[in-house]
Amino acid sequence: MIPGYITTNAPALLIAVPLLGAFLSPLIGRISRDARALWVLAVMTLTALIGYLVAFLVYTEGTLLYVFGATEATLTIPPDSGGIPIRIIFTIDAMSALMVTIAVTVGFAVILYSLTSDSRRSGLEAYYTIFLLMIGAVLGMVSTGDLFNFFVFLEISSLASAGLIAYKVERGRAVEAGLKYLLVSTIGGIFFLFAIGILYGQYNALNIAMLADMIQWTPLDKLALVLIIAALAAKCGAVPMHFWTPDAYSMAPSAVTAMLVVASQASLYGLFRFCFTLYGVTLNYLTIGWVIIILGVLSMIVGVTMAIPQKDIKRLMAYHAVSQTGYMLLGVGVGLAVLGDQALLSSYGTTAMEGGIFHIFNHAMYKGLLFLTAGAIIYQVGTSDLNRMGGLGHRMKWTMIFFIIGSLAIAGIPPFNGFASKFLIYESVFAFSPILSIIAMVVSILTLASFVKVFHSVFMGPPLPGNEQVTEAPKTMLIGMAILATIVIVSGIFPQFFVQNLIAPAAQALIDQAGYVATVLGGV
Amino acid sequence: MLWNLPYIVVVLLAVIGLAIIFLKRNLIKIFLGVSILTSAVNLFIIALGYREGGIAPIYTYAASEKMVMATPQALTLTSIVIGVATSALMLSFAVIIYKMYGTVNVDEIRELKE
Amino acid sequence: MAFATSLSSGFGIWDPVLWIIAIIIGLVIAWLLWRSGVSAYKKGTDQARPYLSGNPEPSKGDVHIRAGNLYWGFTEGIKGYYQRVIPLHTGIATDYLLWIFWVAGILLIIVMVV
Repeated sequence: MIPGYITTNAPALLIAVPLLGAFLSPLIGRISRDARALWVLAVMTLTALIGYLVAFLVYTEGTLLYVFGATEATLTIPPDSGGIPIRIIFTIDAMSALMVTIAVTVGFAVILYSLTSDSRRSGLEAYYTIFLLMIGAVLGMVSTGDLFNFFVFLEISSLASAGLIAYKVERGRAVEAGLKYLLVSTIGGIFFLFAIGILYGQYNALNIAMLADMIQWTPLDKLALVLIIAALAAKCGAVPMHFWTPDAYSMAPSAVTAMLVVASQASLYGLFRFCFTLYGVTLNYLTIGWVIIILGVLSMIVGVTMAIPQKDIKRLMAYHAVSQTGYMLLGVGVGLAVLGDQALLSSYGTTAMEGGIFHIFNHAMYKGLLFLTAGAIIYQVGTSDLNRMGGLGHRMKWTMIFFIIGSLAIAGIPPFNGFASKFLIYESVFAFSPILSIIAMVVSILTLASFVKVFHSVFMGPPLPGNEQVTEAPKTMLIGMAILATIVIVSGIFPQFFVQNLIAPAAQALIDQAGYVATVLGGV
Repeated sequence: MLWNLPYIVVVLLAVIGLAIIFLKRNLIKIFLGVSILTSAVNLFIIALGYREGGIAPIYTYAASEKMVMATPQALTLTSIVIGVATSALMLSFAVIIYKMYGTVNVDEIRELKE
Repeated sequence: MAFATSLSSGFGIWDPVLWIIAIIIGLVIAWLLWRSGVSAYKKGTDQARPYLSGNPEPSKGDVHIRAGNLYWGFTEGIKGYYQRVIPLHTGIATDYLLWIFWVAGILLIIVMVV
């Protein structure tokens, strides 16, 4: 019932529709503001539908391949090339499909939210262009099967995000945050390009599947892996390279912050893709696994302890984003540390990876919800200082309910989805090393403590002088938050459905390097 | 030894770029350091593309049949363009920061800390 | 007892539907206990006003504990940790880059040696 030319070309449409929509939106903005708002919403809806179509095709039929510029979409090895996949190939396997689903869902909720929350700002024609570009770049980063194409999309998303972070200017502080983000992203990109150069010089190939076939563990490959890990861990906010995270997340408009979380997770996806699929078991999995576990544990502890004394609501939530990234690194790091050992892998390694990947999905949903509620509070009250808010629960009932859902989810309280993924992580990491699991539980308690602090000081108590005229947030913002809250509740009550159909195939796709190579190089 | 000269220059440029980023305190000079570091990596990729006896892949009046696949040149061109866009954005940020803060000293642009 | 809705790690089972049923039973019991109490509460009258030994009640803005002071005990308790970690968050842009290089260097030594 869907025409064949759309299903074959769906991976290309996934990038083309946001890009085209982004560059046409200033022209349509000449007609009127409402026309531009409708156009942006229509483009994002279309992108979301194409994203769901791509995910559905991947989950029912297997890995989707799309070769740019070939006579047919799956002709990966041209007959006169001598067995080399020359062109740029989009390889969408189960893990990429999961990230595409996350990106389009959060993107749709966030665009719906930002139609109201950013309607009072000036310079909006540039804003929506760069926003759609950023969403397109994140979708490209998670779909591509080519190293250099990943670098290009990484840089596009860095530049677009830096522009959006500095959008509010705000007496120069937002521009300072954007500058710091841009410096960190540029150095990360330079490291990554250096690693691409090293790998290209050794193996004369840029396609991930072809490199995975040929790669060994020479000292130059070790250098390339270290550069890739350092660059992508800096881009996703792992301690000790997390310093840009609170600045950037607190100074950006709230809709942009929710999408920035997804962009950081796309860098995390890149880290896992290159460790598991590019190198596989040729790397020293115990050492690299422990490196990722140590990064994760440091992120968890430093993130939550720096969050407790904060006085700015979005800075506090940004430190929690750092801490939750630690959970993902811990879960998948345990999976990496037992990658070569088949018995341990099937006993707790796969469960640890499922926990980490499920946590990526859950974190995008509840962190996006929390940032959107923080944005609603700032939109109504006018300040983001926790010391000046109080007693908002009397008037902003729906915002309070969504905030409760989000903070119970992030603290890992049943029946929300945070508990389901943390349950998988706790049980499997305990079998690997008990002390890591205990640290994870203590961090979870501290997370709950700091969100109780925010809830008490923002919503509870008497309305402070100056806050008596605060009303409920506008309807479109509530609908955007409701979409994410519904997903938080549904994936908390039916975790088995999500794990079995979305997460377990993704974990399997990461572990199965031979299957990835065979799909791409086999031709069809 | 002579064949390694491009790589020695790459290391030299990278060290100079890093030294500028960490030792200088003026924001514009730090951006220049980032730009020099980008140039070092671009030179590295181009230097990897040398094939002895190969010619450019142009069919008209081709001198021999051994043509080079132009991948590293394409990579470097893309990277140069990305570097241009990044420099433009960083410099425009520096302009706004100077207008708002009155200084371009990295030690004093510290409104957002801890 | 594993239903279709339960999530199983390799070591145990988590079933949110059973949890919801248990919580509903708990809430029903709590409601039955609450209903058997005395209801002589009149909202808005003198019965609900705070009693401060006869002293006048200060304005709400003065006694509300602000967010910055809520966890004073915790931050005082691990003051040693905070005094070392918070000054590391300097806010200077080039320090952020220095940390990336340090991590890359340490990782390189670990990966090359181990």
